[in-house]
Amino acid sequence: MSELTLRPGRAFSMVERNLLIYRHTWPVLLAEIFEPMMYLLAFGVGIGVLVGNVPGLADTTVSFPRFVAPALLATAAMNGAMNETTFNMYAKLATEKTYQAILTTPMSSRAVALGEVTWALLRGTIVSTTFLVAVSLIGLTGTWTALLVVPAALLIGATFASLGLVVVTLLRSWQDTQLIQLVMLPMFLFSTTFFPLSVYPKPVQWLVEALPLYHSIELVRACFLGTGWRHALIAIAYLVVLGLAALLVAVRRLDRTLRT
Amino acid sequence: MTTAPLIEARDLTKTYVTSEPYTAVKGIDFEVRPGEAFGVLGANGAGKSSTMRMIACVSPVTSGTLRILGMDAARDGERIRARLGVVPQDDTLDTELTVRENLLIYGRYFGIPWKALRERCDQLLAFSRLEDKGSQAVSTLSGGMRRRLTIARALINQPEILLLDEPTTGLDPQARHLLWERLFQLKEDGVTLLLTTHYMDEAEQLCDRLVVMDAGKIVAEGSPADLIERHSTREVLELRFAAHERQLMIDKCAGVTERVEVLPDRLVLYTGDGESTLAAVHALGVRPAGAFVRRSTLEDVFLTLTGRSLVE
Repeated sequence: MSELTLRPGRAFSMVERNLLIYRHTWPVLLAEIFEPMMYLLAFGVGIGVLVGNVPGLADTTVSFPRFVAPALLATAAMNGAMNETTFNMYAKLATEKTYQAILTTPMSSRAVALGEVTWALLRGTIVSTTFLVAVSLIGLTGTWTALLVVPAALLIGATFASLGLVVVTLLRSWQDTQLIQLVMLPMFLFSTTFFPLSVYPKPVQWLVEALPLYHSIELVRACFLGTGWRHALIAIAYLVVLGLAALLVAVRRLDRTLRT
Repeated sequence: MTTAPLIEARDLTKTYVTSEPYTAVKGIDFEVRPGEAFGVLGANGAGKSSTMRMIACVSPVTSGTLRILGMDAARDGERIRARLGVVPQDDTLDTELTVRENLLIYGRYFGIPWKALRERCDQLLAFSRLEDKGSQAVSTLSGGMRRRLTIARALINQPEILLLDEPTTGLDPQARHLLWERLFQLKEDGVTLLLTTHYMDEAEQLCDRLVVMDAGKIVAEGSPADLIERHSTREVLELRFAAHERQLMIDKCAGVTERVEVLPDRLVLYTGDGESTLAAVHALGVRPAGAFVRRSTLEDVFLTLTGRSLVE
């Protein structure tokens, strides 16, 4: 059957599947956009009134909401991607056996993995673009480089989606998903989301600097504020290397999990 | 038949590498020819599903060779899968999609264009008698309907070989007959069927040829009639006894026929002529609580070959 030749674009059928599902369940995406907006209003604007400008930054004129907004966007990009490849994929892997059915077709584990990562990116783009538009409307962006936030969020999404793929192959039960939260929440709170790195003692700074979310936040913040480009380049390198390594490991592990 | 086999297994072996390595399939040989319905009969744990998963190219072959449609299962998995239809034992329908969407998206995994898919979807929904269920959630379907949808899904790529792993397990008699009727239809259309089952009536109804598997090995091969002729007698006399005199009666029956099987609930005597054996038993002073003469079935073949009954 000539129509069944092996096209590399086969991974896109995973995206088509998810699009069909989201035709019915699109309000889920709204929740993902509202969450960072809530944090921004509560912490950024609310606490920002008490804080004023952020001490300890090179540029002392940065207001607290402008400091927090890019961090929340990076976090939203991370969460969206991780949720897709951990929780949602684990359901399909363990309970629903969706992938077992998919792998009886010419689809490979690699196509499944790439398809799910692509889908996570697509969602991430929608969420980060909407968030960017929202914060621009309330006047928090001041420079054209803020537009670079969208490709930055894409890179963050790709890295965390790939990390999530590795994690999902390690999960033994639903209880294990709690462990993901145990890592994600402290990372969210301490990766310079709400205060600059300089507030920590040196050893803690090193620890924070090792976290992927820290680099994600620095990248988005550089685009958002238009400063700190040297750091942004380091962050890009960090995220690309980590993401590719994770993807390689994930595809191998996924293949071993699915083809016994 | 001289046509080249569609599936050819030589010394096919499957070992699962876990903390306790387990060999589920122990070096089996068989061939499946174009257009036939080929059955793999065996009790649970005989290695049927492992064999099917290797043929479906979802489970790697441990050793031996497996050629499907002239290709090597180890190397050409993707190309082989493009021409197979798979009906797995577990229900693997996509519960997040509707009935119709299940068929559409599955077709997309094969790379079939949307336009062609929509037409094929209508045909398959009609074929599986689910025309008016298209927009419903999969969870609203009955067990029989879900099975028919799974078969329809497996047919989306117009496969040359359809693999069915215990297609009617868990279905009520009416749903089974409807499913068998659909499978007959497919066979008429020239689709090669390969199915596993632990129901002897299913094997007798559907299969041109079958192998009997036990503990990872093939213990017999042939058409249902062949197997019955080779491994059993023409007729069978089944006797049941009251509990208190059961052992006494069983002892009395010893030697009445060449082969006698003692099962937990009954005594089975293999004979060319059931009625005359029953007369002989009566002449010995045996008073059965129930006596029943029937023709031999695959169940008897299985009992002869493995010493166990199929469904335990």
